Amino acid sequence: MAAICFYFQVHQPFRLRNYTIFETDSNYYDEFKNGQICRKVADKCYLPANRLILELIKKHKGRFRVAYSITGVLLEQLEKYAPNALYTFKELADTGCVEFLAETYHHSLSSLYSHKEFLEQIDLHCDKIRKHFGLNPRIFRNTELIYNNQIAELIESTGQFDAILAEGADHILGYKSPNFVYQPLRCKKLKLLLKNYKLSDDIAFRFSNRGWDEWPLYAPKFAQWVNAVNGCGYNVNLFMDYETFGEHQWESTGIFDFMRQLPDEILNHPDNSFKTPSEVIRSYPACEALDIPYTISWADIERDLSAWLGNPMQRNALAEIYRLEQTVKQTADSKIIEDWRKLQTSDHFYYMCTKWFADGDVHKYFNPYDSPYDSYINFMNVLDNLSSRCKNILNTTASQHKKTKSTRRNNRSKDSQLV
Amino acid sequence: MKVLMLGWEFPPFISGGLGTACYGLTKAMSRQGTEITFVLPGGNQQACDYMKILSAEGFLDSPEFKNITFRSAGIVLNPYASASEIITDKIETVGSQTWQSNPSNGRHYGSDVLQQVEKYTRNTLDIASTEKFNIIHAHDWMTFPAAISASAISGKPAVLHVHSTEFDRSGEHVFQAIYDIERYGMYNAKKVIAVSNYTKNIIVNRYDVPPEKIDVVYNGVENDTPAENGSDKRDKIVLYLGRITFQKGPDYFVAAAKRVLEKMSNVKFVMAGDGDMTQRMIEYAAYLGIGQKLFFTRFLRGQNVRRVYQMADLYVMPSVSEPFGIAALEAMVNKVPVILSKQSGIAEAVYNALKVNFWDIDEMANKIFAALKHRPLRTMLSENGYDEAGKFRWDNSAGKINEIYKQVLACA
Repeated sequence: MAAICFYFQVHQPFRLRNYTIFETDSNYYDEFKNGQICRKVADKCYLPANRLILELIKKHKGRFRVAYSITGVLLEQLEKYAPNALYTFKELADTGCVEFLAETYHHSLSSLYSHKEFLEQIDLHCDKIRKHFGLNPRIFRNTELIYNNQIAELIESTGQFDAILAEGADHILGYKSPNFVYQPLRCKKLKLLLKNYKLSDDIAFRFSNRGWDEWPLYAPKFAQWVNAVNGCGYNVNLFMDYETFGEHQWESTGIFDFMRQLPDEILNHPDNSFKTPSEVIRSYPACEALDIPYTISWADIERDLSAWLGNPMQRNALAEIYRLEQTVKQTADSKIIEDWRKLQTSDHFYYMCTKWFADGDVHKYFNPYDSPYDSYINFMNVLDNLSSRCKNILNTTASQHKKTKSTRRNNRSKDSQLV
Repeated sequence: MKVLMLGWEFPPFISGGLGTACYGLTKAMSRQGTEITFVLPGGNQQACDYMKILSAEGFLDSPEFKNITFRSAGIVLNPYASASEIITDKIETVGSQTWQSNPSNGRHYGSDVLQQVEKYTRNTLDIASTEKFNIIHAHDWMTFPAAISASAISGKPAVLHVHSTEFDRSGEHVFQAIYDIERYGMYNAKKVIAVSNYTKNIIVNRYDVPPEKIDVVYNGVENDTPAENGSDKRDKIVLYLGRITFQKGPDYFVAAAKRVLEKMSNVKFVMAGDGDMTQRMIEYAAYLGIGQKLFFTRFLRGQNVRRVYQMADLYVMPSVSEPFGIAALEAMVNKVPVILSKQSGIAEAVYNALKVNFWDIDEMANKIFAALKHRPLRTMLSENGYDEAGKFRWDNSAGKINEIYKQVLACA
């Protein structure tokens, strides 16, 4: 038995506009660039890929199944810039063969800083998914597959979810295989699904790499690799960015043709199937509890937090934004709270990463900044403005409070005079 | 390998980056076994009010220069005007609403520079006829006519090293005679060495030199142990260090200082250097009402340069056009965070610096403010910048230049 479990991450951040310390308004986002990128990605990836997935679902009469995690901030942008793409996601939802996962609405790192905020953002996201697709998410995936024992326990405590996803990182698994269902340590009900990073990255990263031994990769070869799992695992979890189709791997690399053929090749083998995460955990028992005390993620070769917390600027920016939580929430100003949350999107901190100065180019993808230093400066300027907005509101309410008190006192003294 | 090298300034008597570059480069080349005869203009007594031309003989004893012979061409060649030479014009702009920053054509050159170049050429030819060498290597336009003539007479190839072009120094108001010398030199040279791709592009686009004739060799920096910058002084210090002349963008620095002071008060601005615009900048700062926050040190050298780096929390290089920018590397090896003009060679070569377009005063002020306000940013710029700048070694430059010599001689 080998059940392929596809999950695609669909996300774009609200990129900030160039915001110097001399700005005073509260329009933080680069409307033009965000619209442009959103429409471009919709044209090159979301629309053609959705059409293809829909076609495959129809062709295989329900035997082809996939899952998506679409962030709240992307859904907002689709509503605004590419409603046609949003519509095709709805079409996919209506087939009944597509599962939608829950995550933080703002694709944030709140799980590491504020559990209260973390849970609020999950609720916001579930509401948004219900509103758009009429489905109730039962599987949780944290931003960038950030995971540790604590996060799993927290997710179990909500009682909303059946499973959580994580990276099948080598340094966690050791000799163990990612192709089984696990259970997070100390969890009673919650299951754990791990990404098969080798097979996932063959598609997501290596597919068009001509220096790779296995290039060119065609569906029959990939199906053979999946068949080899038979006998030593149940489920092959292929987790990747949806932009793999048409953006990270351009259409000309043959990525769409690969995907078009893949279901036929996989289903050729009678023991193979496609399953959504919920179906996987219903079909297979958890084989053992997995202890993951240190935080892992799916980012870079380190599979840790260094892409967002690797340098002093990133740690400073994150500490500062979460230090504002109470102040922001005290204002009860929905616009301020929403801006604060949009600033939490992990991409802002990813742009500040200095690791790629030497090597990788992945961090540069859709990166609006010339340098990580620029992104930090811009972010801190916006945060500074947000903070002064909070102060303004809180000061005004405080002084109004004082005023009403003192007028009351005055009136009272007048009353007593009258008496 | 014997090289006849032509230059016009050498430490300790320098006006800017060229002398520093010649010093670092020849020292490294000497270490690698290249024999150099270095022709300098100076004689013993020549001096001007802000710089003195080297007396070459003094260096002969130094063991670091055992492969180098210094020859003097016996004239004064100090092409750049100093403050006292040019402030004869009245500055009229004080109190008026607009501030014109363009100096008039050629004002930053000394008055008889072309005659001096001619003299230098004649004297160099005398020296060249008594020396044995394989190749001629000339630094910047003042020595180009000498290099080309010496090449014609001796039959040895000439390599021209461009540390700055007329477009860098004068913007669009080029001094035609100097442009002609540069163009003629590069046209007749066997090879042109540019200090950056930025400069290479100018040479290709403005002088019509074929790109394959130009090799880029970055400058290096002498790797000192960085100065400790930990004093708890109340005010932050932002440093400008360079000639105060059109090319270096001092007016943009002053304007940005004004903007920064609108947002924070615990900061001082220091302009270290001298030049034809010093007086204008003093007046400009007064006009903007920030005279009490902006300080002028005039020309600094040696230990004083180190001390000013020690004091600085941030170095800004707002150049209008900077072929390389050694001073920025020096700031970085002194662990001072830097803001660089994007119109510079060094900006293309380093990551760990903040970069701005020189004309974007708000952005410059924005970045100055950020660097002063956010300690994590300063820490990262200074630590990473220090590591990065340390990789610019004169030995690498010298090695590349030796390769170029070999290529040129193989083709000759």
